[in-house]
Amino acid sequence: MENNAFKSRHQTRAQKDRFFKFAVMIPAGIVVALLVLILAQVVINGARALNVDFFFKEQKPFGETGGGIVQAIVGTIMLLGTSIVVALPFSLLASLYLYEHRGSKRAKVLATAINTLQGIPSIVIGVVIYSWIVVPLRSFSSLAGGVALAIVMLPLMTSMIHASLEMVPSSYLEAALALGVPRWRAIIDIILPASASGILEATGLGVARAAGETAPLIFTAFGNPFLSLSLKGPVSALPLVIYEYIKSPYDDWHQKAWGAALLLVLFVLSLNVLIGSRKKH
Amino acid sequence: MKRNVLFRRGLLMALCLIGAASALNAQTLLGSGATFPAPAYTKMFDEYYKTTGIKVNYQAIGSSGGLKNIQDRVVDFGGSDSFVKDTDFAKYPASIVHIPTVIGAVVVTYNLPGNPALRLTGEVIADIYLGKITKWNDKRIAELNPAVKLPNMAIMPVYRSDGSGTTFNFTAYLSAVSTEWKSKVGNANSVSWPAGQGAAQNAGVAGVVKQTPGSIGYVELAYAHQSNMPAAAIKNSSGVWVDASLASISASAAGAFPPDSRILLVNTNAKEGYPISALTWIIVYREQKYASRTLEQAEHLAKLLWWMIHDGQNFVEALDYAKLPAPAIKAAEAIIKSITYDGQPVLK
Amino acid sequence: MNDRRFNALLGLAALLIVFVFAGFVLTLVVQSLPAVKQEGAAFLYGSEWNPVTARFGALPFIIGTLLTSSIALIIAIPLSLSAGIVMGEYVRSGWLRSLLNTLINVLASIPSVVFGLWGIEVVIPLVRNLAVLIGAPPYGAGILSASLVLAIMIIPYMSSMTREALMNVPAGLREGAFALGLTKQEVVTGIALPFARQSIFAGILLSLGRALGETMAVTMLIGNATRIPDSLFSLGNTLASVIASQFNEAASDVHRSAMMGLALMLLLITMIAGWFGRTLMRKGASAYGK
Repeated sequence: MENNAFKSRHQTRAQKDRFFKFAVMIPAGIVVALLVLILAQVVINGARALNVDFFFKEQKPFGETGGGIVQAIVGTIMLLGTSIVVALPFSLLASLYLYEHRGSKRAKVLATAINTLQGIPSIVIGVVIYSWIVVPLRSFSSLAGGVALAIVMLPLMTSMIHASLEMVPSSYLEAALALGVPRWRAIIDIILPASASGILEATGLGVARAAGETAPLIFTAFGNPFLSLSLKGPVSALPLVIYEYIKSPYDDWHQKAWGAALLLVLFVLSLNVLIGSRKKH
Repeated sequence: MKRNVLFRRGLLMALCLIGAASALNAQTLLGSGATFPAPAYTKMFDEYYKTTGIKVNYQAIGSSGGLKNIQDRVVDFGGSDSFVKDTDFAKYPASIVHIPTVIGAVVVTYNLPGNPALRLTGEVIADIYLGKITKWNDKRIAELNPAVKLPNMAIMPVYRSDGSGTTFNFTAYLSAVSTEWKSKVGNANSVSWPAGQGAAQNAGVAGVVKQTPGSIGYVELAYAHQSNMPAAAIKNSSGVWVDASLASISASAAGAFPPDSRILLVNTNAKEGYPISALTWIIVYREQKYASRTLEQAEHLAKLLWWMIHDGQNFVEALDYAKLPAPAIKAAEAIIKSITYDGQPVLK
Repeated sequence: MNDRRFNALLGLAALLIVFVFAGFVLTLVVQSLPAVKQEGAAFLYGSEWNPVTARFGALPFIIGTLLTSSIALIIAIPLSLSAGIVMGEYVRSGWLRSLLNTLINVLASIPSVVFGLWGIEVVIPLVRNLAVLIGAPPYGAGILSASLVLAIMIIPYMSSMTREALMNVPAGLREGAFALGLTKQEVVTGIALPFARQSIFAGILLSLGRALGETMAVTMLIGNATRIPDSLFSLGNTLASVIASQFNEAASDVHRSAMMGLALMLLLITMIAGWFGRTLMRKGASAYGK
């Protein structure tokens, strides 16, 4: 009797266990299927748009077929370059501040500001940069777009660089100080080089994060059908052409939107993969 | 020490690069606004680049956006197909002028199985957008189209979610033909729509209609033609059914033309005129010396405008826009000549 | 250069960043004052948003924001928890685990505008067919489409945070439970999940913060109507999407100021969600320390 009761309880427990495994595996399977579906669609639809003109020609007038999106490719490179130039020094200095003033009240204020900055929706950044830069300079510009993207990437870069600074053994710094090297020199000559790869990774991830941002660019970089290298004038960008083209009624532009999406995804993914593989080593 | 020198050299090089890049791009103009003439403008500017090497960046963001940008003085020119009312001039920091560029038509397009040719009256269109006619096989649509077998499908009206001169002209027409529309909704760049879905820009409305079976939308003729979408024939005030075409658009603009060019063309009384024809304008400041603008920029702008109302007109008919009639060109010439830099006329 | 100057330089940069953040809030507050003055508290609960008559009530967008985010959470939570449990409990090593991790990371790095593009071409037609089937207005675009894509977008965050939380459960606890003869299911639901619940909940809150502020995909899919949505299939707008679609053309001063007010609301809502999430995260992390 007792033995039977034990057995059946054991059976129901085993059944429950199997059922639970099933119950989590199926939704997880759905997630995986969705991911594969999305990726496959981006690759298949995007690949159809790719040809030589796509990479090297400027946009055609509304409704004409052909042409390319070189203005957006170059624009994205320019915007990202500008944003690194702005964001890298600030995130380096800010993370050094956090490193040097560890535990102090001011460092906590800075850390909170950076954390909160990370949570600001990127559309809000676009709106504020419009009134800070576009209106005073009297023009939409790649500079404004670059600064907006810099604010998007700054928090992520700062916390990553800070983390990599903290990984450097404190004995390095102590040894240098014991030899009579001034503290600032020790930090620049020893701590920074020791965390160089961390800084590089942080920059890469910052770029990957900013590359796909559209919302901060609508009111800043603005868009441009022509190739432009001007800091003072508007430029196009990959996310901007995706947004503009898919809204249009033109089949050719829809296809180009997919092509631009494929380029963007490939760029962001390869950055992530590169950094991921560096980290493993 | 060494580091400092390196740093300074780097900075100097970066500055030089920036300077060089800016110099490369000196020959540019920036405009934004109306999407109604965007197919014509982008075509014109493409040709203008080929002949002069000057790049004109026109961002089709909607007339209201163009007006706001020119108000903020963040663009060289704004595009709008609703003119600025006298009472609104005070919103601008200085005196502005309207230069007419092309004439187009707002057409009513739709997405039905087989896309049959339809006839619609202004009253029926108003009632569709008021949410009073909700099915395609409604008696009132069927009466106008006895030869067409209309499906039992819900009508999905699509309107502009952004402030738009196309909306302005469309609602001006509906206000002219429907008293209920006039009192309930009215006439503006953006109105409070009783029914339907919003989409941004002419391209967006065309895009949504193209992708949504049963939908109806209003867009500039070029957008409908370029994407092979149908356009309804509309009964004009003389009781004639007219399709939007070069001839019917031009006919509606044949009347007198005011010197400041601010005139609405909707609900024309020309016998063969298309009832929702519209003029579109480029809006610039009369005095070009503001902020850090140079005389060179002002000259580029004035030359571009002059080209648009003359040589540029040769490119618009292929896109189903009507050329400006002779009196409009005359008025536009006088307006462009009135543009000044530091008090001196820019074009001599 | 000396230590003092070096420190001053660091301080200056730190100060500037704090100023930038404070400047954001200040700019939004100052610039939204005219609209707040005109509308008063009705700016928050007014249900009419009409630039023509200059009435600016943000309620339709507040409802749109909360509605899309909650539906997205309801869809995403069971999927993400399952995926997190599978990765954190069932496949803790091997090629399957790295495949899952890679996929989740890939999904997390796809830009929002690409999700919008995918939504327009894939989700909207599906939802439209569904709407035709059940007799709802067949727009396709609307609350449901936006929420579905939002859900897919937050799944990677939520599931990887669930995974992390489960991986951080002390091994001793788990081994002890197995030694007592508990089944896998009993260990997961009875020990690991309760232990990690604070961190998992923090992950959900942080994902909510992302959903609330998500702009591009929602703007492209929600149909941009300024009415209060009354069904899953109705069109709507969120705080973020209305800013993206109307900011560039807000010609009157009050309209522009009202847009700034919306941006401020959005900032405050996401800040609160983020703050709660981070606080819980810290608490969760310190629980492991005990």
